[in-house]
Amino acid sequence: MYQQAKHDRRLIMERDGHSDFDLPFLKELTDQDIAIPTGMRRTVLDLPSLPEREVVKHYVNLSQMNYGVDNGLYPLGSCTMKFNPKYADYLTSLPSVNCIHPWQAEETMQGALQIMHELELALCEISGMDAVTLQPAAGAHGEFTGMLLTKAYHLNHGEERDEVVIPDSAHGTNPASAAMAGYRVVEIPSSKDGRVDLEALKAAMSERTAAFMITNPNTLGIFEEDIQQIAKIVHTAGALLYYDGANLNAVMGRTTPGKMDFDIVHFNLHKTFATPHGGGGPGAGPVGVKERIEPFLPVPKIVLKDSKYSLDYDRPESIGKVRSFYGNFAVLVRAYAYIVRMGGNGLKAASDRAVLNSNYLKKQLMDVYPLPFRELRKHEFVVSAKLLKDQKGIRALDVAKRLLDYGYHAPTIYFPSLVEEALMIEPTETETKETLDEFAAVMKRIASEDPEVVRSAPHNTAVKKVDEVYAAKEAILSYRAFKRRGTDQKS
Amino acid sequence: MIDGRSHDTQTHAARKVFNHDSAVTKRVVMSQEIEMLAALGLSSLDELFVDVPKEVRIDGLNLPAGKSEIEVLRELKAILAKNLTADDHPCFLGAGIYHHFIPAAVRTIVGRSEFLTSYTPYQPEISQGMLQALFEYQSYIAELTGLDAVNSSTYDASTALGEAATMCFRLNEKKRFLIPEAMSWEKKSVLSNYVLGLKMEIVEYGYDPITGELDLEDLRSKVDRDTSGIYVETPNLFGVIDTQALFLKQEFPEAALVVGVDPISLGVLKAPGDYGADIVIGEGQSLGIDMNFGGPLLGIFACRQEHVRKMPGRVIGMTHDSEGERAFCMTLQTREQHIRRSKATSNICTNEALMAVAASVYLSILGKEGLEGLAKVNIARARKLMDLIGEIEGFDSPAFEGSHFNEFVVRTSTRPEKLNRLLLKHSILGGVPLAAHVPRLDHHMLFATTEMHSDADHEALLKALKEVA
Repeated sequence: MYQQAKHDRRLIMERDGHSDFDLPFLKELTDQDIAIPTGMRRTVLDLPSLPEREVVKHYVNLSQMNYGVDNGLYPLGSCTMKFNPKYADYLTSLPSVNCIHPWQAEETMQGALQIMHELELALCEISGMDAVTLQPAAGAHGEFTGMLLTKAYHLNHGEERDEVVIPDSAHGTNPASAAMAGYRVVEIPSSKDGRVDLEALKAAMSERTAAFMITNPNTLGIFEEDIQQIAKIVHTAGALLYYDGANLNAVMGRTTPGKMDFDIVHFNLHKTFATPHGGGGPGAGPVGVKERIEPFLPVPKIVLKDSKYSLDYDRPESIGKVRSFYGNFAVLVRAYAYIVRMGGNGLKAASDRAVLNSNYLKKQLMDVYPLPFRELRKHEFVVSAKLLKDQKGIRALDVAKRLLDYGYHAPTIYFPSLVEEALMIEPTETETKETLDEFAAVMKRIASEDPEVVRSAPHNTAVKKVDEVYAAKEAILSYRAFKRRGTDQKS
Repeated sequence: MIDGRSHDTQTHAARKVFNHDSAVTKRVVMSQEIEMLAALGLSSLDELFVDVPKEVRIDGLNLPAGKSEIEVLRELKAILAKNLTADDHPCFLGAGIYHHFIPAAVRTIVGRSEFLTSYTPYQPEISQGMLQALFEYQSYIAELTGLDAVNSSTYDASTALGEAATMCFRLNEKKRFLIPEAMSWEKKSVLSNYVLGLKMEIVEYGYDPITGELDLEDLRSKVDRDTSGIYVETPNLFGVIDTQALFLKQEFPEAALVVGVDPISLGVLKAPGDYGADIVIGEGQSLGIDMNFGGPLLGIFACRQEHVRKMPGRVIGMTHDSEGERAFCMTLQTREQHIRRSKATSNICTNEALMAVAASVYLSILGKEGLEGLAKVNIARARKLMDLIGEIEGFDSPAFEGSHFNEFVVRTSTRPEKLNRLLLKHSILGGVPLAAHVPRLDHHMLFATTEMHSDADHEALLKALKEVA
């Protein structure tokens, strides 16, 4: 069975030594060289001092108490934890990627602009959109950008629409992003088969509706077959149709948001385009739009003219900026490398395989973990642990924790909330049949294990079950705050 | 490699190419696929997509076919080679992004695939490594800023500022937010987008034309009863250490004080928490993160402990496991989008966690003496360079009398853009023209210098400037 490494848990601040870091110029400095205004000089700087050897040991040991895609299956639904190819990482180690200053003159950044421009074109083709901005730093940031674009578009048409309609199965970022842009969020219930309820949608639409945000396939992994009617209802009301691209990995080369008549789409390059998730980031959340929304995209726009790339800031209708500079360039380079490596054929094959893997795995699990909604799934599926809960008192959370003992990351749990005891599983295309078979066998074995062993899991990770209630109650967010309390929480 | 025009020229047949080019890949994938399809009672992949209505189906993607790794690397490296880099050209650009030294150990740790290929630590028991590294990041920033509560990152300084402004509204439900006129135009633009939803009013206050510090008189005239927050940067856009920041909390106790910092400068400068800051933000790129053409970066966000439940973003808390051993987990998640949905304090989900780990490792390698020394070297090197430029005819340097950190404003008789073109002929990446940020400073530019510049680099710049003059 899997056993994660377990190292001592002292903080780097609790370790002793002497730093061996050195700098030129330091020895020859005099006090006259360093003018720090009165009152501004720091008197206390309580940082550790350790030789590099100790620092590297500390962090390598910490890394051994962490689990990534490179360690094994990471079927975290909605997050598309596919394998991150290493050639893409390698490119970002080049000074021609990581050592360019964003304020350099255009003629000194032609390579960077070319990569970004070509990535924009590729994303246009993959999404069926007319123009793309690479600026947003993450999916939610792309959503926020999309909402700002929605606002600018309607204002430009003399309309102050103030509501955004969202299905109850949507990612939490959707309502949060719409609210951040000042919209009132109107949530509509899903139909009995887990899809958009057309009647509820019609009832929610009005002259106040600015946009309808959905993902297709939705968070249950179900393709919204009524997408054309949905688009028609939304557009008839004068609203825009927003595509949450979190689930784009299901449909590349099979359909596009553009073809489905979406107006705005965000991409998660760290999902669909295989860039590493970095323990929570960085990602990248480019936004694609139809032509009529293009004037409002953030500045600058990359322009290719006479074989020379330039940055166009002179765009009077633009929403301005959503972050500094041009986007998470090192992530963009990785995504571009992935697209070139895969090609149009490879991307389609990736989506096909993602859907095949998902349906195959679902089939293996169905007997033990019933499926609340329809049969055919796309790249992910949601099963319920309700049966296990009723029969043996094993909840979705327990299954998730027990999976860790077998060396798997857990699926997403308790989402979407319309499924009781939900386990949302996304195997991705980069897993072999063998891996899926093994995972399915473990899922089944957990269902037949001694319920007490499952409920007290995990047993084989660096720590046992973590007390999250205590963490929230005490809110100790730094060593400084911890020291102030004077006592370790053990006592 | 990818060309917009190819859309029309590629043949239909080319679009129908199904699988990877590599015959080996194709064979392995196909045999597995057939077996799996059979298990589903299907005979083709197309049958998995019958739920996609015919009218919205496409027949593959109109992109070039896949390439081998050799070709991909060869072609991308050739494109990237068109960039000039600060690696082989002395670069005096700053204004938010700085070319600092990154110890090799930082790359070693950040490249650990257990960190690199993990995601947000939703399952704390199997993610203690990332959680502890992020807790240590929060701890470092807490110590530097003098505030106990730190989140595990926002996207960059500009979005941190946007989040800070909306947090000020949550603190006091007021809508006026004051910012310096002398601030990056990009930050101003991002801020205006972040406060759009709340309809907050952004008001600019001026700077003292002699010292380059903020104009306290002007600020007084603009603070009113509806003022939610005051934002001040130190060092500011001009590279000036703004001593007026020290008095703002006393002067305006009703408004939330938001201080923007360069974290390296905090090696020698007073922690803003010690002069009353409610929120401290900053660009963490200086802390061991590559310039990366401007991204990924690291938005620093810290606040007073009493404000913690109003703060945006992921936070890591210390706790214990079922056996009483120290452990870490994400906490205060009821503020966040996946729980609170439209009532969340922010929509942020994916952040810049790996960059926070880089900052943690970087600060660990430098240690107390290293960070303090680095800050001193930056101050001293900038001081030396600004004085030497000031000795050249046609340059007024530094243009402001305040104390500087690692960049400074130079007034030039030559237009900054022209000057930069001339410097580029000497293989030097010049300074940032200021007019884009502060329009009336059209003959001014910012020069930044750090520990990366040798004496020879400084001499090369001075020699080139003399030739221009």
